[in-house]
Amino acid sequence: MPSKIIKDGVIVDDQWLLLPQDTTDIPEGPIIVPLSLWESKKDILAGREALGVWLDSDEPPEHIASALENFDLVAINFPVFVDGRGFSYGRDLREKYHYQGEVRAIGEFIRDQLFFLQRCGFNAYALSGAELESALDTFKDFSDSYQAAIDQPEPYFRRH
Amino acid sequence: MYIYNQYDQQLVDERVAQYRGQTERYLAGEISDDQFLPLRLQNGLYIQRLAPMLRVAIPYGTFNSQQMRKLAHISRHYDKGYGHFSTRQNIQLNWPQLEEVPDILAELAEVQMHAIQTSGNCIRNTTTDQFAGAAADELEDPRPYCEIVRKWSTFHPEFAFLPRKFKIAFCASKADRAAIQMHDIGIEVVHNASGETGFRILVGGGLGRTPVIGTEIIEFLPKQHLITYLEAILRVYNQLGRRDNKYKARIKILVRAMGIDAFRDKVEQQWALLKDGPSTLTEEEFERSKSYFHSPEYIEVDDSDADLKLQQQALQDPGFGNWLKRNVDAHQAPGYAIVTLSLKTTGYAPGDISDVQMEAVADMAEQFSFGEIRASHQQNLVLAHVRKEQLFALWEQAKTFGFATPNINYLTDMICCPGGDFCALANAKSLPVADAIQRKFDDIDYMYDLGEIDLNISGCMNACGHHHIGHIGILGVDKKGKEFYQISLGGSQDRDASLGKILGPSFSQAEVPDVIEKILNTYISLRIDGESFLDTYRRAGLAPYKESVYAK
Ligand code: SF4
Repeated sequence: MPSKIIKDGVIVDDQWLLLPQDTTDIPEGPIIVPLSLWESKKDILAGREALGVWLDSDEPPEHIASALENFDLVAINFPVFVDGRGFSYGRDLREKYHYQGEVRAIGEFIRDQLFFLQRCGFNAYALSGAELESALDTFKDFSDSYQAAIDQPEPYFRRH
Repeated sequence: MYIYNQYDQQLVDERVAQYRGQTERYLAGEISDDQFLPLRLQNGLYIQRLAPMLRVAIPYGTFNSQQMRKLAHISRHYDKGYGHFSTRQNIQLNWPQLEEVPDILAELAEVQMHAIQTSGNCIRNTTTDQFAGAAADELEDPRPYCEIVRKWSTFHPEFAFLPRKFKIAFCASKADRAAIQMHDIGIEVVHNASGETGFRILVGGGLGRTPVIGTEIIEFLPKQHLITYLEAILRVYNQLGRRDNKYKARIKILVRAMGIDAFRDKVEQQWALLKDGPSTLTEEEFERSKSYFHSPEYIEVDDSDADLKLQQQALQDPGFGNWLKRNVDAHQAPGYAIVTLSLKTTGYAPGDISDVQMEAVADMAEQFSFGEIRASHQQNLVLAHVRKEQLFALWEQAKTFGFATPNINYLTDMICCPGGDFCALANAKSLPVADAIQRKFDDIDYMYDLGEIDLNISGCMNACGHHHIGHIGILGVDKKGKEFYQISLGGSQDRDASLGKILGPSFSQAEVPDVIEKILNTYISLRIDGESFLDTYRRAGLAPYKESVYAK
């Protein structure tokens, strides 16, 4: 995991430890646990300070819909950047489950997807292998959008 | 037609800038080939067998003289002086330089054109009837709805990385000229008993490796819900469509696997969250969209007078008569007609057009049809609003520039993909097959005697040439590294859509024209009282054709 991430439009230090899929040990401090670990260790994890969970691209948010108050952060993994399921998961988290915490993109997504990710409800991006500073420009690729989405709930035709 | 406002223009300009940056980063080695791939595809750029290919969008097939002149300029300046109209109402340039594509896109943006989402796994250009707004059998002009869908689908943040490409088509007339049953989503504009507009929506149609005819998901969707309903369908597909195998990734496979009822349930659940929300369309938005598609200022013409005159001209000049009968269709306004300019002239690849021809079409459109042009999915061009008394003059110009082949909907008006001469995916060449057939059947009386026949050719299973829905379909196949052709019969793209059945073992390229001849002769011997090719096939079945073709 990069130690710097983009969050809410700025580059910040990342405090969170991302636990890989097969983790069994649960370390101290802020952690992002895989869904499987959450499901098997709910009783230990629930109520813990600074807890996040991450979903793989075949794990839709309905798995955690009823437990969302346990998480400060939900991360969505992009195993390959062309796997676009995560875009819908972001929207579902915000729109369907009204999740207010951090929604973070992790994995193999690329900087050219940041604009769309932001529109789908993501607000943090653990972007690897890219210049974060110049990646920030990507959020300004377009000055507006036709569709309603999370960042702009009114479609263009209602605003003009 | 639709005219950009300042905001539409700004978005397209921003897209050019974005893609210019991406191309620079790619050329500087900052983006890998894999990462650049979907970025360039979503800007219309393929890497083909010999060179890149750029596919330019013509939203729902309507464009104007100024845009056509720009295409002529681009093809001359950046390419080899010609373009190719595809079966999706787009135009393809076969020889652009990757480095120059941002400049080409900037030139296109000057005339309100672009190549956005013309390929890649996203929502593609929405297509419709090439006669929209002019056809005599039309319920409403579908283009205002197409334009609403164009806006919604352009840079949709959630659906830019779908399991596979996604195609939407509209029709709003008695005859289905947009083949809506063959699209991921097919939308028919309908009126309910109280005269309100709504949509009948089909889902899961498509050609390719597993051809499927679309299934109805909703019989009548009140029009204000169009966008929320489409969004619900796409969201279900984006989450559940297969991503492990690109041949099983289209929505048709998902709908089949789930069954239409289970699929509909999922869509309804999603829709419940969106329905009546902010994306619900307003009366104001419909009116705004419609205001761009008002009928042109027709002048009053005595229709029967005009018809009488045409009949006289046809008698005097049988060549004109032939053309009038085949290439001219009924218009909704009295005294006007719809003209199809044939891009199916023997000796030229179907759908191909030179820069000089593009300029000629631009001139003709200005002179005869309010400066407006259509591209059809049969790879022809259309001048949609021509005064009947000008038809003769138009015909003479069309002849000069090679657009007057009087063959629309007849055997030599075939649909044909670029095939192995250009396309990297091809199993076999398709253009030489089309050419050989056109040469063999160049006797016009014989062709007219055969009646209307759709002959469609694809160079591989991807079916860009729609071979499954041709009355006669030809498919390029690879047999131990050699190019062969499989023939199918009985497909149809109209309301009574059907998929062709394979005749039997495939043929070499040299054999194809003779095989087609045998099939046609069999039809002639079987038909009763002027029965069409398709009707005869449907009555008599495959067996007699098989017998005559494979007889030893
Ligand atoms: S059908 Fe095959 S050969 Fe023809 S254009 Fe499509 S992909 Fe290429």
